[in-house]
Amino acid sequence: MPELERHSFDVLVIGAGGAGLRAAIEAREHGMRTAVLCKSLFGKAHTVMAEGGIAAAMGNVNSNDSWQVHFRDTMRGGKFLNNWRMAELHAREAPDRVWELETYGALFDRTKDGRISQRNFGGHEYPRLAHVGDRTGLELIRSLQQKVVSLQQDDFAETGDYESRLKVFQEFTVTDLVLDDGRVAGAFGYWRESGRFVLFEAPAVVLATGGIGKSFKVTSNSWEYTGDGHALALRAGASLINMEFVQFHPTGMVWPPSVKGILVTESVRGDGGVLRNSDGKRFMFDYIPEVFKDKYADNEAEADRWYADPEHNRRPPELLPRDEVARAINSEVKAGRGSEHGGVFLDVSTRLPAEEITRRLPSMHHQFKELADVDITAQPMEVGPTCHYVMGGVQVDPDTGASSVPGLFAAGEVSGGMHGSNRLGGNSLSDLLVFGRRAGAGASGYVSELSARPVCSSEAVAEAERVAVAPFSGSDEGGENPYTLHMELQQAMNDLVGIIRKAEEMDQAIKRLDELKRRAATLVVEGHRQFNPGWHLALDLRNMLVVSECVAKAALMRTESRGGHTRDDYPQMEADWRRKLLVCRLPGADGPGASVEVVEEPQIPIRSDLLELFEHAELQKYLTADELEG
Amino acid sequence: MGYQGHFRVWRGSDQGGGLEDFTVEVNEGEVVLDVIHRLQATQTPDLAVRWNCKAGKCGSCSAEINGKPRLLCMTRMSVFAEDETVTVTPMRTFPVIRDLVTDVSYNYRKAREIPSFKPPAGVAPGEYRMQQVDVERSQEFRKCIECFLCNNTCHVIRDHEENKESFAGPRFLMRVAELEMHPLDEADRVAQAQSSHGLGLCNITKCCSDVCPEHIKITDNALIPMKERVADQRYDPIVWLGNKLFRRS
Ligand SMILES: Cc1cc2nc3c(=O)[nH]c(=O)nc-3n(C[C@H](O)[C@H](O)[C@H](O)COP(=O)(O)OP(=O)(O)OC[C@H]3O[C@@H](n4cnc5c(N)ncnc54)[C@H](O)[C@@H]3O)c2cc1C
Ligand code: SF4
Ligand code: SF4
Ligand code: FES
Repeated sequence: MPELERHSFDVLVIGAGGAGLRAAIEAREHGMRTAVLCKSLFGKAHTVMAEGGIAAAMGNVNSNDSWQVHFRDTMRGGKFLNNWRMAELHAREAPDRVWELETYGALFDRTKDGRISQRNFGGHEYPRLAHVGDRTGLELIRSLQQKVVSLQQDDFAETGDYESRLKVFQEFTVTDLVLDDGRVAGAFGYWRESGRFVLFEAPAVVLATGGIGKSFKVTSNSWEYTGDGHALALRAGASLINMEFVQFHPTGMVWPPSVKGILVTESVRGDGGVLRNSDGKRFMFDYIPEVFKDKYADNEAEADRWYADPEHNRRPPELLPRDEVARAINSEVKAGRGSEHGGVFLDVSTRLPAEEITRRLPSMHHQFKELADVDITAQPMEVGPTCHYVMGGVQVDPDTGASSVPGLFAAGEVSGGMHGSNRLGGNSLSDLLVFGRRAGAGASGYVSELSARPVCSSEAVAEAERVAVAPFSGSDEGGENPYTLHMELQQAMNDLVGIIRKAEEMDQAIKRLDELKRRAATLVVEGHRQFNPGWHLALDLRNMLVVSECVAKAALMRTESRGGHTRDDYPQMEADWRRKLLVCRLPGADGPGASVEVVEEPQIPIRSDLLELFEHAELQKYLTADELEG
Repeated sequence: MGYQGHFRVWRGSDQGGGLEDFTVEVNEGEVVLDVIHRLQATQTPDLAVRWNCKAGKCGSCSAEINGKPRLLCMTRMSVFAEDETVTVTPMRTFPVIRDLVTDVSYNYRKAREIPSFKPPAGVAPGEYRMQQVDVERSQEFRKCIECFLCNNTCHVIRDHEENKESFAGPRFLMRVAELEMHPLDEADRVAQAQSSHGLGLCNITKCCSDVCPEHIKITDNALIPMKERVADQRYDPIVWLGNKLFRRS
């Protein structure tokens, strides 16, 4: 075996999406020697796919907007389960983070007076999403990528080496974190291209690995979303919260089968698109929940007036938070009022002139034309729910992104708490920037205060290596094919822990996962380590399985319905449950039989000045009687 | 609905390789990438291919299909006859790593050679003001998903390894144009486009624009206007300087 490649950095950022790049920029600006590791090419992380926009209360379109209103919307969207401190920091800092992007060269769509334009989105009281057509994620990632390059150019001018302070290692997968006496000491992984192993020694690691959607069959997520960061954190001894909350986006493509799950941006509805069932009825009016009755129109005339006159009319119910819309679509299809391919109709063609549609929604127009032979300026789209985002993730300190493991930080989709039980559209991109920056600063602060650097022991490294090559030495007869196992996992999660859940099914899911875990121990892959997707999948499966176990076990424990967690057997939201977090840990992480443990822990009460931002009547819908008195 | 399709896929490494024949199921509505994935799952678990979004947004899955540079995820199987053999090969301009995966590091090197956005001095974040019509030109170029198909296609480097040193390729010449047309960028980029990034080597054949999956008019809207600016500047630098300084007022 060739000698192990080694690198040493101050701060290691795992992930090159919005959160990772913003964290890396911050760490480098704090003088840390920083590395960014990512599984795909630089500039292609999942963030690139975000479409609709980035939420920030800049008040450019409606000057009534403020961080307080944004905070309120975020808490409502998350059904008050959010970590209120994160929601506060997010709402306060998002505008600065968006403006900062302009200094990196970003070009958002403009208002008439030359400022950044903002659009309407589900759950946001005012037009709040900064955007570039429907390719906002591309603009965000490209701007951050170009800022990284610009810092590298500065370093080149000074040191003669572009990579002297900030280096990107692309197409590299981290398989394990290395600890020294419970503290982070580095990370171990392989070059996807050559399969060669590398050890990164670093006292601080920022996890920015994104989500977990690849454990579900119908998903808007790409192959990267295998929950690696969630699993790395668990194995390192950190805890995950809110894992029962998985967001199903109401509008994914449903036809043809090969594109099932691919996202149809919420901007289609924000810009006037409406949902109809097979009877041609705008059914969302029948699904406005009690808690939102005073904010959403109950008739078409008022809903239609809202686009031009939001001050005097209530919003169209198509713009309810995502969990509500996804459930409504699900019910319509179940009641037999679905479209030919098991979705409902999303129509913008009868609502806007064709040129307007191609200007505002160019990539949707392109996507449907090329992939489904549908012209959205003339025909409705067929859409249905798709697994989109995980609210759950690493439990962190809101101000610094620090997890409970010294030296381990997390930001972006891999972290938990900010969005509570349900994320509002547009609140992820802003989350990435606000908390990416904070985690980069947090990690830098941690490193500068260290007196001695932790060490990666050779035993720990040898163990990581053993685990990584195991699939090559699996016994040939009866060995499991990773593709087969992955398909079974996706089917189980989709069917048994999907959008509507019940106890028997989740029990079954947990048993199924147990069995899959046992079979995963005998995974066999063919070929060699050079760019071998079968091997990559075999290693990813280890992460998907443990993360799926968190989702299933936490979902079974939470006996209520809230946000991205809907139970057929417990359809009500219970104020008592709002005060409880379900915390997942993996005791005995290195053992093969390790099993996820979920415990109930109390939620930190909301600070009183933030509570005062709400009307008492609204709080009554969410809080218990003694909380209201206290 | 489904049928057995004929595929020829290039397999190999930097050490060499060749086309291999496969017969594989094709279903209604599928794209070429779906079929490549089916090959991975059923016949060739170690077939190397890059992809991410499967919706033409990330620019990972570039390759050549029947000799034409394209995205695997945006090429529908319905454009081929059922009895037609579909040949999939890696991008030719970049060195092969394995199978359909090429070494695209040339592009990242070139990206670094283009001086970055130079923010306007004295304008605080939050104070940037630009009109929609003025940002639209650069916004067109910022639609670029960095699939590098244009660079793969451009004959200046496709058949001439030796030009790679001095030629940024259409993707990054367009990046220069994007910054040059950015309403608030303060750097002077015209002279460098010619001297450092090889704009002069482009003879406006438009092959790059033809393959761009984002339908960006690279040649008409970025390269030709840059060439015009170079010509203007050479002809009368004083006039050019005036234009540059006062064009926003
Ligand atoms: C189709 C779509 C549209 C969306 N639209 C919007 C929107 O309009 N507004 C909004 O706010 N949100 C939107 N979202 C959600 C948002 O895009 C994501 O939540 C967000 O981009 C996640 O960013 P991130 O930085 O956390 O991670 P990502 O951008 O996903 O990046 C994760 C990074 O981690 C790397 N990584 C993962 N595992 C490893 C490992 N083991 N080793 C090394 N590297 C690893 C990956 O390679 C990648 O670079 C959308 C999501 C989707 C799928
Ligand atoms: S127009 Fe210029 S850059 Fe484009 S392919 Fe032709 S020579 Fe190359
Ligand atoms: S300009 Fe077009 S062809 Fe060239 S890299 Fe960008 S998207 Fe691809
Ligand atoms: S996979 Fe993203 S462009 Fe094809």
